[in-house]
Amino acid sequence: MTAMVGKSPATVAAAEAPKHSRAVAAAPFAVIAVVAAILPFVGNDYWAVIASRAAIYWVLVAGLNLIVGFAGQLAIGYVALLTVGAYVTSVLAAGNVLPAMPLPICFAAAAVTGAVFGVIVGLPALRLRTFYFAISTLGFATIVTQVALAWQSVTGGGIGLPGPEFPAPINTPWGFYAFCLVGAALATWTSANISHSRFGRSLVAVRDADVAAEANGISKTRLLLPIFLFGGAMAAIAGGLFATLQTYITPDAFTFDLSILFFIAILIGGRGSILGPLLGTALLTVLPEFAAPLASWSTFLYAVLLLVIVLAVPGGIAEVLDFRNRRPLVSGRAIVPKPALLSEVFVSRPAAESLTLNGIVLAFGGVRALDGLDLEIKPGEVQGLIGPNGSGKTTALNVISGYYAPQQGTGRIGNRTLPPERPELRAGLGIARTFQTPRLVGEETVLENVMIGGTIAGRASFLETMLALPRRWRDERELKSQAMRALETVGLDALADIRANRLQHSELRFIEIARALMLAPAVLLLDEPAAGLSPDEISRLGALIREISNHGTGVLLVEHHAELIFDICQHITVLNLGRVLAQGTPKEIRSHKEVVSVYLGG
Amino acid sequence: MGHSTTLASILAAGFAMGAIYALIGITYNTMYVTSRVMSFTAGQLGMLGGVLGALFILRMGMPLVVGFVLTLLGCAVIGIITEIVAVRPVLKSLDQHLYVLSTLALALMIQQVTAIEWSTEPQAFPKLFGIGSGALDEKFWLPVLACAVAIGGLEWMQRSTLVGRAFLAVAEDNFAARALGLPERNLRIASYALAGVIGGLAGFAGGELMLAFFANGGFLSFYGFVPVALGGLGNNRGAIVGGFALGIFQQAANFLVGGIFASVAVFVVFIVVLLAAPQGLFGTSTARRV
Repeated sequence: MTAMVGKSPATVAAAEAPKHSRAVAAAPFAVIAVVAAILPFVGNDYWAVIASRAAIYWVLVAGLNLIVGFAGQLAIGYVALLTVGAYVTSVLAAGNVLPAMPLPICFAAAAVTGAVFGVIVGLPALRLRTFYFAISTLGFATIVTQVALAWQSVTGGGIGLPGPEFPAPINTPWGFYAFCLVGAALATWTSANISHSRFGRSLVAVRDADVAAEANGISKTRLLLPIFLFGGAMAAIAGGLFATLQTYITPDAFTFDLSILFFIAILIGGRGSILGPLLGTALLTVLPEFAAPLASWSTFLYAVLLLVIVLAVPGGIAEVLDFRNRRPLVSGRAIVPKPALLSEVFVSRPAAESLTLNGIVLAFGGVRALDGLDLEIKPGEVQGLIGPNGSGKTTALNVISGYYAPQQGTGRIGNRTLPPERPELRAGLGIARTFQTPRLVGEETVLENVMIGGTIAGRASFLETMLALPRRWRDERELKSQAMRALETVGLDALADIRANRLQHSELRFIEIARALMLAPAVLLLDEPAAGLSPDEISRLGALIREISNHGTGVLLVEHHAELIFDICQHITVLNLGRVLAQGTPKEIRSHKEVVSVYLGG
Repeated sequence: MGHSTTLASILAAGFAMGAIYALIGITYNTMYVTSRVMSFTAGQLGMLGGVLGALFILRMGMPLVVGFVLTLLGCAVIGIITEIVAVRPVLKSLDQHLYVLSTLALALMIQQVTAIEWSTEPQAFPKLFGIGSGALDEKFWLPVLACAVAIGGLEWMQRSTLVGRAFLAVAEDNFAARALGLPERNLRIASYALAGVIGGLAGFAGGELMLAFFANGGFLSFYGFVPVALGGLGNNRGAIVGGFALGIFQQAANFLVGGIFASVAVFVVFIVVLLAAPQGLFGTSTARRV
């Protein structure tokens, strides 16, 4: 629908598309709910056990999905948190350490314990490479089993202990199934609320475009902490239910195979989807029941499945079912920005603050990439930053954005200093940027990518978001309409619903600008925005940049296109060997002898 | 038991386990330097060293030397299979970390086949020489000897052979090495075979201590990675220091606070060190991102 550029008024398409797609997205969940509700009337008690198990696994997988599927953190030992939950509820309910507790307290204690361990195991993920997190979850899984075996006075060691018993009417197979089903529904609802919010989008951004995520004010640590708490709590609650279902638990019940099952359910389902992993969980729980003769080979087959998915269909079920994004796009699309709409995107006027760099020195080994750089970007001014390759232009941007810490010198915006190596704080200071190679989340829609730019404007807390309280809806509504206006401004509103990785390079550049506009930035850093654009597009880009500066934003333009630079900049700084070679108006620079010999040629 | 004998047995077991961890750490590193991949199969290679040794020598009755050579050959083949099946297909997209999953899948396949075809119970490993007793029993000094031999061998290779220098070149700068015309793919395969030999050696030398047990794979994958994390990726010296430190720490904690809390202590130290020194205690900083 949205691909028909120019036929229908773009605003109408944008208003209708989300409502329509929301209904379509909810339909499969409704079907699953109906099937789950019919089950007690057609199946026997054995079915009840299998179906309960699937529901319990899903309670865990729903939380794990946010960590693995959305945030891309490879938590491979999550069975350990299931184990922790199972033992905490069983030990408290049995009263073999403390006096026996009522079940709600047992489950609450399990959730808290699971949340705490979820964070402890997740700590390496906040700072380190993926493999470290994978191995720390594996190590945790190894240790939990060892402790469960060895701590006989509490866990019963290898002999085990009984799981918690529920009162009537939950003590029958179908009664317990209904209880687990409610849990599974709650898990689906809360995880869906999180995924369709700034938190969910930020998770995917951290996974696929972590540098851009930081530039948009997303702190990986602050984002992942609540997710680890949530995932750990869900896993531990699932553990309590699992112990009840098993009626008796021993360390043998928690083999590493279970971890693999959870993991594969998510991968089969597809990253960044909720429906896919839900189907995957149901499938993997039920499948072994039909393949009893292969039971001893089940882990081997899971492993083969894992390898096949990773090598052959990294997108999982969700990608196979994504029909909408297979429709061809119109070719020969033109990007026609509407700079006049800018005042509707800037919800507040950009702060009138200058950005200044003083005596910045940054050396990589023996190379002085920046050698005492001074720079000032005034509000409402377009400043060009030019110079030969290796003169330090991009390095200067990276110092301003906080990716590099200068060895000497300071940066300020207004009267606040720029904290070095804290890129995630720049958005809050009113500094936005684009990248030389566009950094977008390819698997998300254009609209969702632009909404990332407004992440720090969101007001709803994690808890409010999880429970879909009013502020979450308001956040979403406001972000969406602002992002839509930003897309209209850069001329890409017709592509709002298309996955970003289907677009052309030039379109990606304009999406990045739209994303940056969401901040109404005091300072906008553009890193070679004209590269790869047609001459028409470059002149439209020039008009757009000029309009942005007219609204009070100071623009720093790093560019090789001399024409664009001399056309729109009020002030030009020329770098050479990490120092300012010349500064002045376009006219002064054009006739500057050294600039001409070093850079412009002639 | 007197204090001195306790201390002696802690040190003996600590050095022996430390040597095994160090060798598995070197196995990780050997695969890492040519491919930038950390493979979960490292621990499985150690497990196979024990299981294949017991299979060839005890069950099939082969002479010691033949069994030893065949074990190392078998592990080298598994190393090459790792490269072909789980590493090469995902090298193009290293940033997506698919190797974590592909090598995990292969590691699980190796472990499950061993569990089904060999045994799910720990099986005896042959007594190789029958030299020494008490703290000087061969089961304690064999791993240390194997570790010394492996270190010496690697050192000699890097100093005196062309292949060894080529490894160093690839490890230092992959692109530059390729530009110089080094056969990067063959070197990678060779390094995976070498990793297989080192891992197999660890398992074979540690067989009398750890027995021939399928579950040793996952155990060694974790405990063998700890020294790598402590010492810094690709840093063999760091892995050796880290391995022995881990072995002795673990045995001392075992004695002082008991088995449960010893493993908890190892885990806590692992997390704390990682958070305090993300590059390892002897590592260097990572590449630039922007």
